[in-house]
Formats: sequence, C-alpha cells, structure tokens
Amino acid sequence: MALNDPPVPVIPAPIWRNFKELQEWEQLHKTRPEGDKHSPLFESVTEGIHNFPGGFVVTTAADAFLNWARKSSVWPVTFGLACCAIEMMATFCSRFDVERLGMVPWASPRHSDLMIVSGTVTIKMAPMLLRIYDQMPDPKWAVSMGSCANSGGPFRHGYHVVKGVDRVIPVDVYVPGCPPPPESLLNGLLLLQDQIAHFKKTGRRAPANEKVD
Amino acid sequence: MNVEQARASLASTLAVDIAAGAPMTVDVPPARWDEIARYAKETIGCRFFNFLTAVDWKEQGLEVLARVDNLDEGVSLMLRTKLGPGVNNCASLTPIYRGANWMERECFDMFGIHFDNHPDLRRILLEDGWEGHPLLKSYAVDTPHPPYR
Repeated sequence: MALNDPPVPVIPAPIWRNFKELQEWEQLHKTRPEGDKHSPLFESVTEGIHNFPGGFVVTTAADAFLNWARKSSVWPVTFGLACCAIEMMATFCSRFDVERLGMVPWASPRHSDLMIVSGTVTIKMAPMLLRIYDQMPDPKWAVSMGSCANSGGPFRHGYHVVKGVDRVIPVDVYVPGCPPPPESLLNGLLLLQDQIAHFKKTGRRAPANEKVD
Repeated sequence: MNVEQARASLASTLAVDIAAGAPMTVDVPPARWDEIARYAKETIGCRFFNFLTAVDWKEQGLEVLARVDNLDEGVSLMLRTKLGPGVNNCASLTPIYRGANWMERECFDMFGIHFDNHPDLRRILLEDGWEGHPLLKSYAVDTPHPPYR
C-alpha cells in the first residue's frame, strides 16, 4: 500500500503575543501597595470631613449608604478556570439564583467588582489572571473558590501550579471544597457581602470574619 | 497488510526485534527510527499516528515510544527506541506523519528530547521562558518558580 502523500509544508512559527504590555501590567501591580482602594486625595478629603466637628455623621452615613450600594450590586466577572466553574455556573443559574443578591455575572472585567477564581491557577495562566484583575475598577474583591485556588489542592506538588491564588492577587474569602457545592459558594458570597458592609472609607480591608458557618 | 503479514514482514525484511504482547511492539535502534516509521506507514499501512511519548529510565537514558495504527486492517504497532544514556537527540517523525508535530513538541517540552529535522521545535504547553523539563526524573518536586511557586 504505497501512499503518495504531498510533501509536508513548512509553516513559519507565528509570533502570537507581545510580552511588553503584560510585563508593564505586572510591574504596575508590583509597585502598587496592597489595599489601595482610593486615591490619596479622596482619602485626605474624607479624613478632613470626618475630623470636622459633626462631620463624622456625614462620613459614617455616606459610608453606610455606599457600602449598602456596593454590597447590593456585586457583579462577578465571568471567569471560569476549571471544574469549579461548573459549580459557579450552577450558582449563577436559576436554582440557586445569586441574582436575588444583586450579583450579575458580567462578561467584562471593566464593569465588575468581584472575581471568583474558580479552579486551578497554572503558572502560565497567572499573568492573565492578574491582568484581568488589574482591569477591574477599584474597589474590587476576590473570592478563591475550591482547594486548587486556595492552596494548589491535589496539584500542589505539580510543576506547573500556583500554590494558592493569594500568591497572585489579594483574596477576601476562601471557599473550601473540591469542588465546593453551590451552597458553599453562596455562603462565601454572603460572607463577602458581610465584609463589604464593613468596608471602611480609607480602603483598608475589614478584619477577618468571625462567622464561619 | 494484516497482523500476521505485518509481523512476518517486519521480522524478515527489516530484521527488528518484536516483543511479545498484544500491541505489536517493535524495538528499533535509534538510527533506524524514521526508516521503520516510514515502512510502517507506507508498507504496513499504519496511517493513523496515535501518540508519541517518552520514558525516562534514569541511568539507562530516555526511551521514545510511538504508536501507529492501521485502522482498516486493525494493526496496531508500538515503536520504541532507547536513545541510550546521556543522549537526547532523536530523528523526527514529522516528515512522515504530520500528526507527530505537536506530539514531538510536547515531548521536547516535557523531556527535552531534540527531534532532528522538526520544522518548529518550540515549547508547546509550558511558557517560553521555562527552565528545565518537568517530566525528567531529575526535575525535583516543588522546584521553585518565582513569584508563583
């Protein structure tokens, strides 16, 4: 059975990405202090109003109102990495329905407040994850969903896995499980809303939540 | 060419060792790697390139495996070659099987085997600046990779 195949064409190697922009993003993220939620100008103005006699009523009322608004419309960016994304989709769907909490899965990081890291973060994916996170406007939050995103999970000693997404971005709520069922993620999102309700005007993170169950 | 004919022709015309076992396993010397692959494709009719991988036998060196199939006649052929200690060069099968292209790139990525005459031997799964080849036995578990590991 002699086969007269045509010769294999030699395809030139494509140049399919440019590193420069990505490296600039990484540099920006490294130089920016963690928890920088507002500009220094905004911070000093609110600090001035707060220290003015009677001004604390304005700032605390504004804080409470803004936090109520923030926690009532947390839009997670649709960012599924692995099998946890299936449970995340189930959480978004009508049976568990996070839309009643004001959460709309949004297909653009520029309009989103929350990133749910659902799944294994590989070393090759980590710069892209960081880039999406940097594209989200402040204030923003991150939920680490599942064992892989929390610590690397079963792939912790693999050669290609980031040992927890908190080595890449700051994380607010860790949801355990492999994968966490929608109820767990829902609980994590409720804990996150509780954190957002105590969000301070200076932009510092709320202390760790006491309520676990 | 069916299974018995393939076994007979491989043993007689090419004089290679055929190990016992269900998929016909041919131990090929590394110098004849592409010649016997071409024979498998053109004479035995194994047109389907199933997979290509490698094994690290530590002191004995690397071993490259390829499985090709003749789906019409039901002939499966496992080709394997021991490169020998310290050797990481092997002939490429890409001029014969186009499906070998990405398999050999993955093999280069994971084991560091340089396939001669490969048209585009780059890393395929790991990122371009990666150091080392992770599936070698000499690659330590928990090798640091700053800033992520």
